[in-house]
Amino acid sequence: MNNEGVIYRISGPVVTATGMNAAMYDVVRVGHEGLMGEVIELHGEKAVIQVYEDTSGIRPGEPVLNTQETLSVSLGPGLLTQIYDGIQRPLPTLEEEMGVFITRGVDADAFDLEKIWTFEPQVAVGDEVVAGQVIGHVQETETIVHKIMVPPSVSGVVKSIESGDFNVTQTICVLDNGTEMQMMQKWPVRTPRPFQQKYAPETPLITGMRILDFLFPLAKGGAAGIPGPFGSGKTVTQQSLAKYSDAQLVVYIGCGERGNEMTEVLDEFPHLIDPNTGKPLMERTVMIANTSNMPVAAREASVYTGITIAEYFRDMGYDVALMADSTSRWAEAMREISSRLEEMPGEEGYPAYLSSRIAEFYERAGRVETLNGDDGSVTVIGAVSPPGGDISEPVSQGTLRIVKVFWGLDAGLARQRHFPAINWLNSYSLYPQSLDQWFRDNISQDFPEVRTQISGLLQIESELQEIVQLVGSDALPTDQQLTLEVARMIREYFLQQNGFHDVDAYCDIHLQYQMAKAILSFQDAAKSAMAGGAVLNDVVNVPARSDLMRGRFEKGYIDIIADMVKKMTDEIAETVEEN
Amino acid sequence: MTGKEYRTITDVKGPLVFLNKTEPVAFGEIVTLRLSNGTIKNGQVLDTSDDLVIVQVFEGTAKIDRESGVTFMGDVFKLPVSTDLVGRILDGAGRPRDGGPEIVADEKADIIGAAINPYSRQSPNDFIQTGVSAIDLCTSLVRGQKLPIFSASGLPHNDIALQIARQAKLKDSDEEFIVVFCAMGITAEEYNFFRSDLERTGALENAVLFVNLADDPAVERIITPRLALTAAEYLAFEKDYHVLVIYTDMTNYCDALRQIGAAREEVPGRRGYPGYMYTDLAMLYERAGIIKNKKGSITQFPILTMPGDDITHPIPDLSGYITEGQIVISRELHQQGIYPPINVLPSLSRLMGSCIGEKTTREDHKSVSDQMYAAYAQGRELRGLVAIVGEDALNERDKQLLDFSGVFEDKFLRQTRDEDRSIEETLDLCWTLMSAIDTKYLVRLDQKWIDKYHPDNRA
Repeated sequence: MNNEGVIYRISGPVVTATGMNAAMYDVVRVGHEGLMGEVIELHGEKAVIQVYEDTSGIRPGEPVLNTQETLSVSLGPGLLTQIYDGIQRPLPTLEEEMGVFITRGVDADAFDLEKIWTFEPQVAVGDEVVAGQVIGHVQETETIVHKIMVPPSVSGVVKSIESGDFNVTQTICVLDNGTEMQMMQKWPVRTPRPFQQKYAPETPLITGMRILDFLFPLAKGGAAGIPGPFGSGKTVTQQSLAKYSDAQLVVYIGCGERGNEMTEVLDEFPHLIDPNTGKPLMERTVMIANTSNMPVAAREASVYTGITIAEYFRDMGYDVALMADSTSRWAEAMREISSRLEEMPGEEGYPAYLSSRIAEFYERAGRVETLNGDDGSVTVIGAVSPPGGDISEPVSQGTLRIVKVFWGLDAGLARQRHFPAINWLNSYSLYPQSLDQWFRDNISQDFPEVRTQISGLLQIESELQEIVQLVGSDALPTDQQLTLEVARMIREYFLQQNGFHDVDAYCDIHLQYQMAKAILSFQDAAKSAMAGGAVLNDVVNVPARSDLMRGRFEKGYIDIIADMVKKMTDEIAETVEEN
Repeated sequence: MTGKEYRTITDVKGPLVFLNKTEPVAFGEIVTLRLSNGTIKNGQVLDTSDDLVIVQVFEGTAKIDRESGVTFMGDVFKLPVSTDLVGRILDGAGRPRDGGPEIVADEKADIIGAAINPYSRQSPNDFIQTGVSAIDLCTSLVRGQKLPIFSASGLPHNDIALQIARQAKLKDSDEEFIVVFCAMGITAEEYNFFRSDLERTGALENAVLFVNLADDPAVERIITPRLALTAAEYLAFEKDYHVLVIYTDMTNYCDALRQIGAAREEVPGRRGYPGYMYTDLAMLYERAGIIKNKKGSITQFPILTMPGDDITHPIPDLSGYITEGQIVISRELHQQGIYPPINVLPSLSRLMGSCIGEKTTREDHKSVSDQMYAAYAQGRELRGLVAIVGEDALNERDKQLLDFSGVFEDKFLRQTRDEDRSIEETLDLCWTLMSAIDTKYLVRLDQKWIDKYHPDNRA
């Protein structure tokens, strides 16, 4: 076997090498500086390589070394709280090694190999262990126990097992067949990690955002797409999800996005508290940042790096949420590389395999029975940035075909400063059926019915609005005017949520239900008051109603909302007597 | 490897020259071409292999023939940088254009520029007062931000850019910006306008100009902004200056990119622009920012003209996905004779939240900004309704809002080209204008600010 070849051709991030034995997806080192690359095509003698770093100044004739490995991530204690580039190099280490600008040819371990962790064994000598089985625990952060698992495809009888302080490369367990295990393992990013079987999702991922949880819920193990034009709040929505969703772990991929945005996340997350555990958010987070000006091939790899890390934690039995912002940049990276390869393009210059790659990626989401029989999930939420906001383009369409939840962001709403600018008329979730039982059991028996009423009102409003556009609202009968008022209350009080407000940014699911009920109480009270002769204007303007609506910005709202609703209905009833 | 001259050109196509039988040539290497008539042209390697090298020629390929000599310079494109750059005018390839001497280099910097490690960045949060009310109130500019002007042909974007360049300063500070001005494919007339204005105000002494005009080679436009940004990075991150980079017009830059893509027979993306245009633009825009433990900063103010006033055109669209907001210039307002004709409704500054408020501008800024925006938006919407049902059909609230939208444009937006309003003046003006609306309709204003700032309560 000849592992060494020479460069034949360089065209941007694509390099061709000759004279080397190579297999598809082998990782190679290119040029005198040893730039990292991956074999993506073979033509007879020639291997086509996508290089993860800038190739300026590299010449034909320089050496290429095949490592014979596929692109892999390191998995083990030390992953959490890290921020990586697209090929799992920690950005703080890169700063130490090469300063504030990202240059090239620097290798960095994914985490500190020397750091000592306390390993508590969970198996004993003589136990039989199988692939995926947990052999020990490491308390990685305050909230997360990192479970050390037998790598897939390994099994045997424990011959020796350690306990105590070790680093990730020291052997902590030996099997009778001679297999030595360390706390760190590697896994190729383009191969999904194995599991026993996929279950149907039946638990919602509670996000604390009213429009999402209440109207368009996402299941743990599900997949959602958020398309939207620029300025419609994709990133804010993704960040809110990373902050407040009740996943146990979050993998956040900033894929081809703005540098300053990643900095903001980095500045903010260590100071934010996870509402579900009360501990700093950073302790449950792994971040991947490959900004738009970082090498495009590493951007292509970044989503795979992220999802492999997510799967690894899923295998420990955790519920993991992965945010990819934005999958369009990932698709564009594919397009760019495909065009350098002179492949026959499909739609809009994207490669013909675009939709199957998107489908494969989202298919790695799911709620599974892990190899060790535990229950874990990966939920994937992908932002899409359609050009001009037009979702008929290939990336949006490829995504919509596969995801079951569509949160459509709307530039018009954003312009009206209605945030989150998720359009309630064209968004959808296909999960309610499988989740309704959970909502009935855990929130309220009539939860699904309340949801149907709320979304029905919004639907009626959109029809009435068409008439109002033509004749003005005064021309409508009073019952329809009331419907418009109720719908306005839904929009302003319930759907709008201030992602930057201390209290309003996260809304407990029980409170969401109470708020929805409060709107319906208003409707009922107003109807009966008006039947008794009350005037719409009086009904709408009772002071208790605006107190109720403003109350959501105060702490402890959930404790007083019932009283406030009562006060409102009383005041509305009084409007009858006034007349 | 320098020195050896090849005469092995096989093909010339558009801005590209193909040649074979060379020693190994580096990707991105700089090339000089000597024509048979003695003319020297420069280029850069776009594709290199043992058999074939493709060179992109900056000055156009006119008069290049198979006898022309090609020399590889052994290095990638670098700009000689030093503080001597300040006050100079250079052409689109970095050569003096003002008749002055060559730049004496402190060092030579690679013009492609490396990406700033996101971990090493510092979040921008210093408010820049531009003195333009619409920008300061609604789309506040932050030091280290990239905020483009989305304009269209025939609109006064150049005046606005110059006014900002003249007036921009940190609040309560006299610290001035170094302006790096990068012209790409603009007309000589526009250039003269910029230069004479900078000269008139004395700003030229604190500026570096890189100029590629409409009749200069289009391909050179690919490197012009990279030169400008390299100079900006040197001044900001090596010499601690705060730099404001203005480039105009990004649309010409993108068209040059398309021209090269077409010549290379690349698979085109939308409207014929190359599929990598997003990445390419990001390599420019992302060179804005602040770095931890460095004193300087780069703020970018790109100007682009939207072809056909279409904000969904690939150039504004891809820019909008990278930049931190946009300032949209409106033809409608311009035709009403309003300067600056900024349409605040689609305009946005993503970093605004971090730079306004009690500590930086004034405590009521956010509240006032939201209310002004909302009232204007509603007033504009009502204009459509009035066209159908007539003004008499409006209720009292709607009438006030409708009137306000006119006042907003006439009194708030409108200012003269040298009117420099402080943020306090802008906010006080807002309160005066809003006082025409009944307070009970001003639902986005906090009561405590109404008590403190409303003209009725101040008198």
